Amino acid sequence: MALIDKHGVIERNATLLLIFSFIVVTIGGIVEIVPLFYLQNTIEKVQGMRVYTPLEQTGRNIYIREGCYVCHSQMIRPMRDEVERYGHYSLAAESMYDHPFQWGSKRTGPDLARVGGRYSDQWHVDHLTDPQSVVPESIMPKYGFLKDRMIDPEHIEELLLTYRAVGDPYTDEMIENAKADFLAQADPDSDYDGLIERYGENVQVRNFDGAPGVSEMDALVAYLQMLGTLVDFSTFTPDKSR
Amino acid sequence: MTKAPRKAPKKEQKQVETTGHSWDGIEEYNNPLPRWWLWTFYASIVFAVGYMIAYPAWPLMERATPGVLGFSTRGDVAEEIKRFEEMNAGIEKKLAETDITEVAQDPELKHYATQAGAAVFKTWCIQCHGAGGQGAKGFPNLLDDEWLWGGDLENIHITVNHGIRTEADEETRTGDMPAWADVLEPDELVAVVEYVLSFNQKDANAKLVEAGKVVFEDNCTACHGEDAKGDPDLGAPDLTNAIWLYGGSREDIMESVANGRAGVMPNWNARLSEADIKAVAFYVHGLGGGQ
Repeated sequence: MALIDKHGVIERNATLLLIFSFIVVTIGGIVEIVPLFYLQNTIEKVQGMRVYTPLEQTGRNIYIREGCYVCHSQMIRPMRDEVERYGHYSLAAESMYDHPFQWGSKRTGPDLARVGGRYSDQWHVDHLTDPQSVVPESIMPKYGFLKDRMIDPEHIEELLLTYRAVGDPYTDEMIENAKADFLAQADPDSDYDGLIERYGENVQVRNFDGAPGVSEMDALVAYLQMLGTLVDFSTFTPDKSR
Repeated sequence: MTKAPRKAPKKEQKQVETTGHSWDGIEEYNNPLPRWWLWTFYASIVFAVGYMIAYPAWPLMERATPGVLGFSTRGDVAEEIKRFEEMNAGIEKKLAETDITEVAQDPELKHYATQAGAAVFKTWCIQCHGAGGQGAKGFPNLLDDEWLWGGDLENIHITVNHGIRTEADEETRTGDMPAWADVLEPDELVAVVEYVLSFNQKDANAKLVEAGKVVFEDNCTACHGEDAKGDPDLGAPDLTNAIWLYGGSREDIMESVANGRAGVMPNWNARLSEADIKAVAFYVHGLGGGQ
């Protein structure tokens, strides 16, 4: 044990202690963190997952700006009661384009990971405008002002470029057409074939708030109605080792 | 006052060697670790090794080591869901195969459909239709006997199954209340609203009512009927019974006529099993208004 008896050398030399501490932490990091980036089963292979459309991405930013995450999580945990109430448990793949992700366990309000398609657009508008009008026992604040705040997609390309910089695979074509796609999704009378072609069949095109123009309400409802609807679960088999 | 003399210390303190370190004359004892602590420490090491063998632990290149027990959170959930599904499989199958009009004839099935239907209703329906089925503005009350799309068991079943005006289901119920402001003149709008109001309000303006009657007969009877009692095949509401989905004031009716209405209900066949849909249809029918 001659080597171990030499610990006095490290203890008496601050620089040496720092170097050895760094080596220990590095080894720990390599063993615990690095494999997660390379493990093939960290993010499931699923069909249907796509980047968010410009309108949905804007809605997501409004969701974050208004602090919806303070009360609502977007993570259905793998437990029977949660699956019975909210639907299939959330997959890592479903939040791979989220920056930042919306996981959590704080549920003052219900989980929203699969709220898409569960209610009508009108319900969302009514509920955001005056939550107690449809759910009398709700403690959610009112967000009616979203209807009156119209959005001009002036900086939408920059927004998508920002998300591309942190890893979302937006193509050049998507960024070039961002303005048109943004406006098309909230207008069912527009020519939205390009939007569908770029983002996929599961894009919903509607006048979400039922009022003319694109308001923040349109964007937020478009985002909410998309949540949890992208992955095609008929083609998904859960990995046994997770 | 006398006091018993203090007991003398049992023994001289055991002589412990020092580490040899000395700071300003202060020396450090080299006491051994307490035995209980040391053994707990060794036991934790043994436990950790066992744990790493039994449970998923070490990340490798493609996946983590699965552990000999084969534990998996997702596998556990799948198993638990399967266990509950199997417990109800018999009766769920029977419910799915039984015609909804015959559910009530089998006491066991009736009991199950009512209980399961209540659970489904509380999970999926109360957000729009209210905790007691009382509805809200724009979302129908399910307790009364006014039914937009028919209130017998079969019709409720179809509505729950395919939804109303939902894009996702080709068999969904569709009916159109257009925005009459695009078609009628403003004075015609005012008149027809007054006529509709006159069905259950005595102070309606008689002159306007007369003019409104003509507008109504020319434009509205195709769906709402000549007697204005509506048509459940088209989702056209009865206008005479003072039950209003979007409010019955002059302003509310004007808004409905001028801008149209198109309430949407999701097609629940996309989310619920046939047995669940039948159960909740049966439950809703039994809330009081079922025909």
